[in-house]
Amino acid sequence: MRPEHPPEFPLAIHDLTVAYHRKPVLWDIELNVPQGTLAGIVGPNGAGKSTLLKACLDLIPKTSGEVLIYGKPYEDQRDLIAYVPQRESVDWDFPVSALDVVVMGTYRKLGWFKRVGKAQRQQAREALEQVGIGHLADRQISQLSGGQQQRVFLARALVQDAEIYFMDEPFAAVDAATEQAVIELLQNLNAKGKTVLCVHHDLATVSRYFDHLVLLNMRIVASGSTSETFTRENLHKTYGGKLNLLDDVAEALKNVGR
Amino acid sequence: MSDVSVIASFDFELLWETLFLKTYNTRLVVVSVTLLGAAAGLIGSFLLLRKQSLLGDALSHATLPGIGIAFALMSALGMNAKSLPGLLAGATITGLLGVLLVLAIKRTTRLKEDAAMGIVLSVFFGLGVAILRMVQKIPGQSSAGLESFIYGKPASMIASDRLFIIVVLVITTFACLLLLKEFTLLCFDTNFASTEGWPTLTLDILLMALVTAVTVIGLQAVGLILIIAFLITPATAARFWTNNLRHMLWLAAIIGAVSGWLGASVSALLPKLPAGAIIVIAAAVIFLISMIFGRARGVLPRFLRHLDLQRKVGRQHILRSTYEILENTQESHPIQNLPISMDLLRKHRYWSKGELAKVIRQARSEDHIERRPTGEICLSESGFGEASRITRNHRLWELYLIKHADIAPSHVDRDADMVEHLLGAEIVRQLEAELDLEKPIVESPHVINTELGLQSEPTS
Repeated sequence: MRPEHPPEFPLAIHDLTVAYHRKPVLWDIELNVPQGTLAGIVGPNGAGKSTLLKACLDLIPKTSGEVLIYGKPYEDQRDLIAYVPQRESVDWDFPVSALDVVVMGTYRKLGWFKRVGKAQRQQAREALEQVGIGHLADRQISQLSGGQQQRVFLARALVQDAEIYFMDEPFAAVDAATEQAVIELLQNLNAKGKTVLCVHHDLATVSRYFDHLVLLNMRIVASGSTSETFTRENLHKTYGGKLNLLDDVAEALKNVGR
Repeated sequence: MSDVSVIASFDFELLWETLFLKTYNTRLVVVSVTLLGAAAGLIGSFLLLRKQSLLGDALSHATLPGIGIAFALMSALGMNAKSLPGLLAGATITGLLGVLLVLAIKRTTRLKEDAAMGIVLSVFFGLGVAILRMVQKIPGQSSAGLESFIYGKPASMIASDRLFIIVVLVITTFACLLLLKEFTLLCFDTNFASTEGWPTLTLDILLMALVTAVTVIGLQAVGLILIIAFLITPATAARFWTNNLRHMLWLAAIIGAVSGWLGASVSALLPKLPAGAIIVIAAAVIFLISMIFGRARGVLPRFLRHLDLQRKVGRQHILRSTYEILENTQESHPIQNLPISMDLLRKHRYWSKGELAKVIRQARSEDHIERRPTGEICLSESGFGEASRITRNHRLWELYLIKHADIAPSHVDRDADMVEHLLGAEIVRQLEAELDLEKPIVESPHVINTELGLQSEPTS
């Protein structure tokens, strides 16, 4: 019999449940993301989109379940993964330049105690060129616009040179030019056979940007190719009819611990 | 003693000898406090960037019970109850206990970190004061001098202590420099560090261990109440001067070292003044200077940059106004540079007499405007060129707004007013390309009414 989560999938999630302060935010997630897709994770506010990414990356503890990267646990596959956090997750007043931030993507390969050298800086400069802000390499990060800051994060992910890219809202609050640059970048990665998983909130652009879609509202409502999944009925299930019962149970579970 | 005799008795030769370490006695004290300052500045920078400044404060206050307990234990065991390594070991243990308690309170209850720190800090300090009072009653051991841990007294260090202190400081500084890259990543983006497989918890513990080492080592010199200032002030002061982390670390270390050096020297000269307080005051003075004059984020440079822009805006307004008046009062093209009256100018932009006089003064200082004996003003040759350039930029931007931003012609004047001063040569070239215009001067897209100062849409 064919296994439920065969190892050729870049990302396979089995029975994942995540809770904050005993309140479950993700229930029984069961998901396979096929190789080489440009996948969007879409759902309303509080649906647990970012939480799903963070749980996959071991940034928050899982209550139950497992996440497999090409059939192996995440700890063994870090080299294959790049992560673009939400832009607001860091302090942009930090005294570093755009180049310094991008160079951070090389730290893992560099290892403990070793200094950043010419090779790493060169690599970072090239990545900044690729996202179209090579001329801003030496600018302090607080002097960049929101869209430029987002591009700095993308450049850092490029430097990580991964197989799977986890991106948390790369299109949030960026200018039109940046949005265009980001989508071109994603399509480039996709063309090279990389898998991209992207938290997204703008329904209007979903079918243009992504070929694979995960509809999420605390549980997986639907997942599959965008053409089949992006339907009125599925969207209604994700955004419309509130999942009242699930909400009530979550609230009750939260109160047990008090 | 009168004031005069105090000053007269101040021995400048002694000051010289102290500051430049001529006497052996003060030499090691000053060197160790200077080193302490450098280490505190360096490690404090990361504490600041990790946004954990107050945790350092909780830590230092929590060391006091440990000092009392270690003293009692060592005297009960018949050892030298005032052995510095023993006392500092006690201080480290309760200090870390305090930090762990803060983290535990935060995790198990839903109290916020500041409340947890407030509780731990005051309870541990109170406990420490009580324990110190109790150990004073232990017969056969004098606890005198333990108070120096509260307010700091570098002179109370004995020679072997200083060596111990210097060794610890060199080790912590070296460790901090070794982990520069790792700490930077931890402080900037912990989640990213963690996805890359860096043990962020271990790194946090290492950073806290270095902070603990510097705090505990600094207790005797600066005192536990003020040591937090030694950790934070140099780092915050350095931040005003630079946006570059490396420079900030160097600068913080230097500022820390200088305040330590000054504080220790002055207190060696005037033993009645508490050294910790002088060190902190020295650091605070440097902080104040940095806050005002700091090149990167100081108050004054920022204010000056703002003022500079305002002046530039005022000058450009008067040049453009003059040019527009010349355009409107002349039929012929190209227009000629003729004198115009102040009244006309004032009506054109609703300037008050005072405001107008001020901008004219500024424009004259740049030789853009000349004043005629008749009271009229006239553009100079360079001013005329500048005025036509500015007017052209203004109109290019207006046309751009009308064409691409769908702003009504009657509104563009004010919108363009706000941005035109920031248009660089590169943007102007782009505008020219965008609008397909290379004419030396562009006609205004709206009517300029010089008489009333009103600007309305074209009537045609």
